[in-house]
Amino acid sequence: MKISASKWLSSGTPFVWLNAGAVAISILMVVGLLGLLTVRGMAHFWPTDVMQANYAPPVAFGSVMSTEVLGEKVETESVSSIQIASSGIPVDESIPTYERELVKLGNRDVTGADFAWLLSSYISDIRYPANVVVLERREWGNFYGFLSGVKESGERVVQGAGDDAALWDEFEQRLSRALAIHDEIYRIEKQEIGEVNYALERLRLNQRGLELDGAFDAETEAEFAAQREELGSEYALLQQDLVVLNQTIERDSAQFFAANGAEIEVEFADIVRAYRPNQMGFAEKLLTYFAKLGEFLTDEPREANTEGGIFPAIFGTVMMVLLMSVFVTPFGVVAAVYLREYARQGFVTQAIRIAVNNLAGVPSIVYGVFGLGFFIYIIGAEVDQLFYPEALPAPTFGTPGLLWASLTLALLTVPVVIVATEEGLARIPRSVREGSLALGATKFETLWRVVLPMASPAMMTGLILAVARAAGEVAPLMLVGVVKLAPSLPLDGNYPYLHLDQKFMHLGFHIYDVGFQSPNIEAARPLVFATALLLVIVIAGLNLSAVALRNRLREKFKSLEV
Amino acid sequence: MRKVDVSSVLGASAENPEGLESCIDVSGLNLYYAKDKRALNGIDLKIPKQRVTAFIGPSGCGKSSLLRCLNRMNDLVDDCVIDGLIEIDGEDIYSKHVDVADLRRRVGMVFQKPNPFPKSIYENVAYGLRIQGINSKRVLDEVVEKSLRAAALWDEVKDRLHDSALGMSGGQQQRLVIARTIAVEPEVLLLDEPASALDPISTLKIEELIHELKRDYTIVIVTHNMQQAARVSDFTAFMYMGDMVEFDATDNIFTNPAKKQTEDYITGRYG
Repeated sequence: MKISASKWLSSGTPFVWLNAGAVAISILMVVGLLGLLTVRGMAHFWPTDVMQANYAPPVAFGSVMSTEVLGEKVETESVSSIQIASSGIPVDESIPTYERELVKLGNRDVTGADFAWLLSSYISDIRYPANVVVLERREWGNFYGFLSGVKESGERVVQGAGDDAALWDEFEQRLSRALAIHDEIYRIEKQEIGEVNYALERLRLNQRGLELDGAFDAETEAEFAAQREELGSEYALLQQDLVVLNQTIERDSAQFFAANGAEIEVEFADIVRAYRPNQMGFAEKLLTYFAKLGEFLTDEPREANTEGGIFPAIFGTVMMVLLMSVFVTPFGVVAAVYLREYARQGFVTQAIRIAVNNLAGVPSIVYGVFGLGFFIYIIGAEVDQLFYPEALPAPTFGTPGLLWASLTLALLTVPVVIVATEEGLARIPRSVREGSLALGATKFETLWRVVLPMASPAMMTGLILAVARAAGEVAPLMLVGVVKLAPSLPLDGNYPYLHLDQKFMHLGFHIYDVGFQSPNIEAARPLVFATALLLVIVIAGLNLSAVALRNRLREKFKSLEV
Repeated sequence: MRKVDVSSVLGASAENPEGLESCIDVSGLNLYYAKDKRALNGIDLKIPKQRVTAFIGPSGCGKSSLLRCLNRMNDLVDDCVIDGLIEIDGEDIYSKHVDVADLRRRVGMVFQKPNPFPKSIYENVAYGLRIQGINSKRVLDEVVEKSLRAAALWDEVKDRLHDSALGMSGGQQQRLVIARTIAVEPEVLLLDEPASALDPISTLKIEELIHELKRDYTIVIVTHNMQQAARVSDFTAFMYMGDMVEFDATDNIFTNPAKKQTEDYITGRYG
């Protein structure tokens, strides 16, 4: 049976299709986004097989330059021959496109660049030798080579070539020893010396404070000198320990043949991880994968953020969002209560409401400028004058930091909380308020005991929206507290434990920094995807916990519709 | 359903309201919701002590407005203006010196829709006392039990006092609201169509409860249901378009109304 077009239209079928299509496209886009981030970001940590090959591209006038290469294949793309020719390689321009491969060659200290584009047609003799070693180093990026010997105090202890397995065992043993010593050095430098330095700095500030008050006399001077001496000797002891440890860690080194046949010596102190991907099974690779992923999540960044982990950025992001929530929730709720419950509803309240709504649309960088100009230069400077005069001219709060960043974002998100709370308050049935008033409660008691608890799910909705907005915000943070690399976390073991004045790292800014400010683009690219994925996960995690809290509250104050 | 015989329920059959000690004195009360929107026109009324007084009349006649004047609930309505005099036990409740919260404690109110707080049954009843700063568990336990018993609810809820009140049936919720109201020991109970959202059995329970409560409280009830007014009240006021048409013993109103308007309404000719 034929249905007329107008009948089909009025049946609503096309409308349903339209709606379902919109939903499908949205889901596809979100899944695509997450999929791209996951694939591009997470594949980075997989220990790929290392390829050895001969690369002989034409150079000029028919001559060919042949080199041995050793590295990980990253990606393949096709390029027009004209483009290749214009870059100086005399290829046959009658062939429209050439395949080329991005190979991570490592050995930046030897070759100068650790990535290279190789034209596929000139790669020959590809093989995957089992004994290729991949080194992750603290400096200069990855190293690819063949282990040839292990040295102790300049003397070769094991000769290679003959017995590969024995050599590798010896290498691994010495590596784990070096890593243990390195951990110890790190602990002393970061924690113990850090504590001594912190105590010395506080001592200096206390003394300066007393001097400013005019209360610094001979007796206190002696006391301070004694304390300083004590800390000084503690410091000297730690320094001695460090010297010894550094000597021990520098005892061993390993020798490798690089791809070009040169023998290179690498100190164990410089090695973070070593593995031989070509002879690893799947399970072994999986273990290495998770070890690398774990390092990414829990370690500090190295080498201008292109290596190592991003833990300080995760920590800074979460910390800042939590602080922001602490500031924004009470402030927004109180403002909303006044607007909805106490203020006389009229032109002025309406105007304020519109203004608040518009505030949510102000570009975030404007808030950044405001935070810098108001919080930091005016409030911060005043705080320094009043409470930290001993540290001047070095600013304490008169400089970008965690507190100001959180406050700026709180300001940015307060409209959302106000609007959501107001809506929640408006939804509380009049009958419940009247019930409370009829029992002799004042308006305040009614608000405090009945209305606000019932509106708490709405406040949580506001907070969820605020967190979603604040966690992804980068632009204002660049002005009010985020830095490329923060030397220490804003939360540590030194009194007062939470350092609100400190600068911090942030995932969003980290993406920008790694992606656009990095000297080593190819190395940084997968980290951009991985960091972006992590940022999404962190925000989702923060939101989900707020949603879970809201659902619990909702359950408790189930609406009163009878 | 039990049939309630009018004359047996009316303890003081056909008393003259003028002859009894009055609890609430309303004189010359006008109420405006806006400048030209007058809801009550010069109401004069003496509500006798420890009796049930019903306000009946068609929708919009002002009976709820009048009721809400008695505990100053209309204060919450913007642009609501009142003139005239309302005295409870000889005290002008619209005087500047009156503490409104205290007045509302003394004049409790139960609304049309049950409005329990989203708290436990226990906390609902204890709410009024907590507001007054009474937090002693012993006192609260005692009052909660007494009030729930008075509201004929104790046996149904004594095992789940700490469950949410929102899980109760509508009729139970309404009795809970009554228990909550009498927990603060008011002198007057205002009931604004307390049974209109309930099923017949719950309604019957509420009516029995009203009958019980009138020994201790002066009760004013607004109702749409004339049978209910006849069943539960001692005195009935018929209102129409903001006027107090007739006020007399319920018996007289229903059997021998003095005004033609009252008779027309009761016999169902309009309204």
